[in-house]
Amino acid sequence: MSQSHQQPALSKCPGCEEPPVAGDLFCGACGYDLSAVPARPDDRPTMAITVPPAAPAAETVRWPIAEETDSSDVPAPVVRPADVPGTDSGGRPLTGPDTPDAESGRGAASPSGPVRTGGPDSAAARVRHDDRADPGGAEASGDFALAAPDPRAPEHAAALAAAPAPGAKVCVACRSGRVDADGYCENCGHAQPRERDHMEQELDAVAAVSDRGLRHHRNEDSFAVSSTALPDGSPAVVAIVCDGVSSASRPDEASAAAASAANEALLESLPRGAHPQQAMHEAIVAASEAVNALAQEPAGAREHDAHRHQNAPACTLVGAIMAGGLLIVGWVGDSRVYWVPEDRTQPTARLTEDDSWAAQMVAAGLMNEAEAYADERAHAITGWLGADAYELEPHTAAFKPDRPGLVVVCTDGLWNYAESAEEMAAAVPADAQRQPLHAARALVGHALDGGGHDNVTVALLPFAVRPQGAGSACDTV
Amino acid sequence: MANFSKSNVPQFSVEVYQNEFLPEGGREVNAIVTVTSTGGGTTGGIPLAGSTPSPAYGPGQGPDAAVVLMVDCSGSMDYPPTKMRNARDATAAAIDALREGTRFAVVAGTHVAKDVYPGNGRLAVADQQTRAQAKDALRKLSAGGGTAIGTWLRLADRLLGAAEVDIRHGILLTDGRNEHEAPEDLRAALDSCAGRFTCDARGVGTDWEVKEVTGIAAALLGTADIVADPAGLAADFTRMMENAMGKEVADVALRLWTPVGVEIRFVKQVAPTVADLTGRRTEAGPRAGDYPTGSWGDESRDYHVCVLVPEAGIGQEMLAARVSLILPDPSGAGAPQTLSQGLVRAVWTDDMVASTSINPQVAHYTGQAELAQVIQQGLDARKSGDFDGATAKLGRAVQLASASGNQDTAKLLSKVVDVVDAATGTVRLKAKVAEADEMTLETRSTKTVRVKK
Repeated sequence: MSQSHQQPALSKCPGCEEPPVAGDLFCGACGYDLSAVPARPDDRPTMAITVPPAAPAAETVRWPIAEETDSSDVPAPVVRPADVPGTDSGGRPLTGPDTPDAESGRGAASPSGPVRTGGPDSAAARVRHDDRADPGGAEASGDFALAAPDPRAPEHAAALAAAPAPGAKVCVACRSGRVDADGYCENCGHAQPRERDHMEQELDAVAAVSDRGLRHHRNEDSFAVSSTALPDGSPAVVAIVCDGVSSASRPDEASAAAASAANEALLESLPRGAHPQQAMHEAIVAASEAVNALAQEPAGAREHDAHRHQNAPACTLVGAIMAGGLLIVGWVGDSRVYWVPEDRTQPTARLTEDDSWAAQMVAAGLMNEAEAYADERAHAITGWLGADAYELEPHTAAFKPDRPGLVVVCTDGLWNYAESAEEMAAAVPADAQRQPLHAARALVGHALDGGGHDNVTVALLPFAVRPQGAGSACDTV
Repeated sequence: MANFSKSNVPQFSVEVYQNEFLPEGGREVNAIVTVTSTGGGTTGGIPLAGSTPSPAYGPGQGPDAAVVLMVDCSGSMDYPPTKMRNARDATAAAIDALREGTRFAVVAGTHVAKDVYPGNGRLAVADQQTRAQAKDALRKLSAGGGTAIGTWLRLADRLLGAAEVDIRHGILLTDGRNEHEAPEDLRAALDSCAGRFTCDARGVGTDWEVKEVTGIAAALLGTADIVADPAGLAADFTRMMENAMGKEVADVALRLWTPVGVEIRFVKQVAPTVADLTGRRTEAGPRAGDYPTGSWGDESRDYHVCVLVPEAGIGQEMLAARVSLILPDPSGAGAPQTLSQGLVRAVWTDDMVASTSINPQVAHYTGQAELAQVIQQGLDARKSGDFDGATAKLGRAVQLASASGNQDTAKLLSKVVDVVDAATGTVRLKAKVAEADEMTLETRSTKTVRVKK
């Protein structure tokens, strides 16, 4: 699996597409300022493929029937994401609007035990507070410039005299000091952007962007996207997004470990022919083990986090798999999946149910949604991956969309600024289906415009529908 | 000849303890820098016998060192006569503690300085014979004359400067005030000697000035102490000499690099004693300055660095200071050697829990520095007759000493005040305080304890 997060500014000049010489501040061909954050022209060539060409006229994949699904409907129930929430892997229904179709799921759920009732006391006892900024406080600071140049001109002049050696990295903040081996400017001391501050990755049918945001000093989110093939050769696309819990130690390592462990587990199990919903469940368990293992590592030489050592590394996880016409989602914590149909007149939907205090309050009928989300405890999460997690409850759900649309997999850094499914749909650019990377950047931009209080990570999977019918050749979109 | 091949230099390690998180608009960054040197050929507290194993130098060897013993021979040393006798015995004990091969000299100090052994402006090389000769010379010492410490130091500087050695050290004993030269003369002598050799200073009896003796030790990066009972001199001198013989490397400087726009509030040594180094900076290239730390053996010291960084937005991170230990090139021409370094960072966050917590090390040493200050202020107030002020200050001192577990200072304080309640700092001034107890408290007020880990 390749995790090369390409920095588009470095691979080619955004102005003229010429490859720049390493270390150049300006493009040698057209003079474009390479150190400026590149604004991609909007008229990028259209992505050729949104949906991979289907398998040759073979049978569509017949999944072993997942036991959780309604056995009366073979192979898998057609569920309109807009209407019906899926079931979690324990067979329990996801809380959500009651619809007639959900009844069957409810019935199957009853043996597994009642839905967890998160009374106020029990919820408070087992919650973790993610390190959240108060969005109201944002206005006070206004927009702040990322690494604004230091206005002390004379000192700059002096520093310029000791001009950086050609080829040496120059500070992004003051543009005059060299960057030392520790990653700080030798003139103004500012930390230089790290690789994780902004990451992008694009594959044929999935694109993901992760950004540090404007208020956090490091990016504690992580993602992994990949594509593989099922045993019958048809494609499977995977996106995993994780959000490190800031109040725990080393949240950045936790999210990276979880995303990569889950992704690798799926890359192993999907080609083997495992049912994708089962595979998702196992991938979450694998991710959980990877995060748990971090807690055992000696925390020495990390004075950085000295005052937070009491907390084991932890993160949330949300994942989506597109395979064989199915959309599988799985999650632990408050990172989400939204469904945005290509035809925006159709209803949009949130496909996940947060493990959060607010969601539990609403589920238990103790508060309505508005009251619950207005509470300061709203975003305290009640489920996470980590050694101190009380009990791992991976939720998974299977959907069979009947129309093309976009799967938005994101952390709360994005959905804080587009909470409802309608708001999310409004934030998604119209051409997202064809230009997922561009759309992912636009969504990150939406969160940054809103204040960027948290790390922002979003993965977009354009979902294309193949007409059903055994043995029929699949057409392309 | 000086030989600074790497293996002879102890390993220095730098650890930084700080809370790097600042609130929005926060500018002050505090850090405790713990510097530990290990692995040199030091005694590690074991008395120096002739055969002490030494990893860097082999048995009984060490870096080339030169020591000058300055003994007060002013007239007051004869009152009581045991003082002079004890000073002679103590100096003899110190000579016995000299490592074989160490250069040494004995200076008899009055209103003038005279090198009584070996004489003629030279240094003797310690061996069986020279030790015996030196002790013979000590027996001829007699008290008579005034006190002009600046002249003693200048002679010691001349003697030590002529020797080609790594470690230059002086041991100074006085029993009275520096009455026979102007304070400026002593100041000038200290300025000219600073950085050329290190010097421990001891006051014997109770007729000397605490600020003079502590001032000499501070300027020359040595220790200061009181030996109220002359009978204790021999043990103290032996200890001082062993400590001096344990030094491996001299002229180590703490180099502080700060980015553009960063102001330095202070740089203090906070353990084992409090010593403000802020004013002793010498510039060392762009945005860097060196603070002297003197000679190092097997030991660990803590420094408190406080800087003001320019404001930056939430989510920004910068390097507030880079702290390194610097050893100048022995020839004086080449680039100095960096022994070890640590980073002091600043990260702006809107997480109130992170930005409002105080690093325990910083809190501890802030308290220890305040402890030294309030003892000084309390004793000054007491001397000037401000008993209310003295009670308040010494009460606070008792509270700080008790809270931080500084038992030694708490014990010294209890000889000056009656402690009613240590936790709240409620005290009564004692009506009668032995002069020796008050001077001991003042001299040792800068001693700190390390944070309980």
